[in-house]
Amino acid sequence: MPQVAIPVLLPLLMGAISLALHRHVAAQRWLGVIGTGALLASTLWLLHTVWHEGVVVMHMGDWEAPFGITLVADLLGAIMAVLTGIMGFATAVYSTATTPRGHEHFGHWPLLHLLLAGVAGAFLTGDIFNLYVWFEVMLLASFALLILGGERAQMEGAIKYVTLNLFSSMLFLSAVGITYGLVGTLNMADIAVKLADVDQPGLVTVLAVMYMVSFGIKAAAFPLFFWLPASYHTPPVAVSALFAGLLTKVGVYALYRVFTLIFTHEVDFTHEILLWGAGLTMLTGVLGAAAQFEVRRILSFHIISQIGYMIMGLALFTPLALVGGVFYIAHHIIVKTNLFLVAGAAYRLLGSYELRDLGGLYKHRPFLGFLFLVPALSLAGLPPLSGFLAKFLVIRAGVEEASWGIVFIALLTGLLTLYSMIKIWGEAFWHGTPEHVPERDVAALTGASPDRDLWKLYLPIVGLAALTLFIGLYAQPLYELAEASAKQLLDPQIYIDAVLGEGSS
Amino acid sequence: MEPLMAILVGVMFATALYMMLRRSIVKLIIGLILLSNAANLLFFTAAGLERGAPPLIPLDAEGPLGVVADPLPQALILTAIVIAFGVLSFALVLINKAYQVVQADDLDQMKDTDT
Repeated sequence: MPQVAIPVLLPLLMGAISLALHRHVAAQRWLGVIGTGALLASTLWLLHTVWHEGVVVMHMGDWEAPFGITLVADLLGAIMAVLTGIMGFATAVYSTATTPRGHEHFGHWPLLHLLLAGVAGAFLTGDIFNLYVWFEVMLLASFALLILGGERAQMEGAIKYVTLNLFSSMLFLSAVGITYGLVGTLNMADIAVKLADVDQPGLVTVLAVMYMVSFGIKAAAFPLFFWLPASYHTPPVAVSALFAGLLTKVGVYALYRVFTLIFTHEVDFTHEILLWGAGLTMLTGVLGAAAQFEVRRILSFHIISQIGYMIMGLALFTPLALVGGVFYIAHHIIVKTNLFLVAGAAYRLLGSYELRDLGGLYKHRPFLGFLFLVPALSLAGLPPLSGFLAKFLVIRAGVEEASWGIVFIALLTGLLTLYSMIKIWGEAFWHGTPEHVPERDVAALTGASPDRDLWKLYLPIVGLAALTLFIGLYAQPLYELAEASAKQLLDPQIYIDAVLGEGSS
Repeated sequence: MEPLMAILVGVMFATALYMMLRRSIVKLIIGLILLSNAANLLFFTAAGLERGAPPLIPLDAEGPLGVVADPLPQALILTAIVIAFGVLSFALVLINKAYQVVQADDLDQMKDTDT
């Protein structure tokens, strides 16, 4: 069925057209908004199809699995694709008003499309080597987006980002090679079938750990996260927001895919490592954030701590834990992107990301204060927002498994997250404007007068905040989706039958 | 052949990691190049080496006669080489630009964004 190919092909096509229109920035902007809007619509169509008809499969070039490349959308893949669409659309609208003109001339828009193509491809492919290729598409686009502008901080951040991500890619490629040597296939469903018959448990476990480390770097899990806080705060805020929402989650998705479909033979060992990793990821992330006083850096460290909750859902590996994990991913992508967008709006108004230079926002812009509180309190997990339910589900799963250590860490992390969010609220919004700060020419710093096109900044923020509220107040639809996708994840046979055909194993 | 290749791959990985741990950004890039080649060779070796048997099917046969080399890993490695070429060219331009901005070939000078 073609639904599964459209979310991949559409951004590729849009990227190509944008590149051809490189002289016409206005046309690229329109194409950016329309293209990502169409991407969102196509992913919604895909989710609708998957929900009603089960796993959607398409064999490229009509080569039957396992010989050709297969695109597969199960519920998890489709949910992730929809989130890609939402984030792409929100950041595209936001970009029209915030991206410096120089960046647009040097390819901001084509790169944005290519990044989305890479992310969507990674979520929808059913072939492990193809997953590597999509990772690289996504990485190359993100490298270029990261350094557009060429400031010193961007260069330094990019060197760390590029090195560690390349290292992880090479590890991934080596693991794919060994997988191929072991089972002679690259189709993930076929690997899952054939790996069960491989009589070398030691080698299979080593392979599992290679995938774990490689995806762990991409997901910024402990202890491999150092590239993230070094680089995520350097590009323009719309790009940061997109990275924060989507890129690490591709790593998390790959972990979910590989450790529910392929490596389920030795759960006691692999998922135990994941559980330790999850706990330490939460703690280091949130403690790192507590020490920061730059809004984007605080938020970057919180990405890390939140990744811990998602991996915790996978590591506990019970039905409820996976429901919680999927729910958490969906909630987190929306909330985290939104927080970066709010930080960008504050920057537009005051010309700084440093907490000590900010202040008085609530007095002058009470509405922005409200818009910050919705995602911030949701991130910390306060009811009735989406984060409360997400945290509740994973922690409840931990309680049921009697994993008291991880439950304690998860609760503590929630508390410390609240501390960080209150810190931003207190310093940037509640406090008066600090006195020692010299008058800044905000318009010169941000390249636009504060009120110009401000609605374009508010529009995506309001939309995402509304989504957060909706999920919090009316969680049933997302919960049902997450529950059904967890069911699919726990029964790999559904995926395998859909790809290879009934009764093939 | 396989044991020799295994040792070669191991030495290449070790060299690559050693280079990446140096302070100089030029050596960092050399390490990345070695790393990508090591990964490709590992892929090649792990997929099985077959000497002097191209995967060609005679005109009147249904499939290849006898044991032939597996063409798939070769195609995959070709893809991986092209991707690595693109990424490493980018990395090369990046360190050149970083050198111009920072005025130093030293990773220890690049800690503005560290925490």
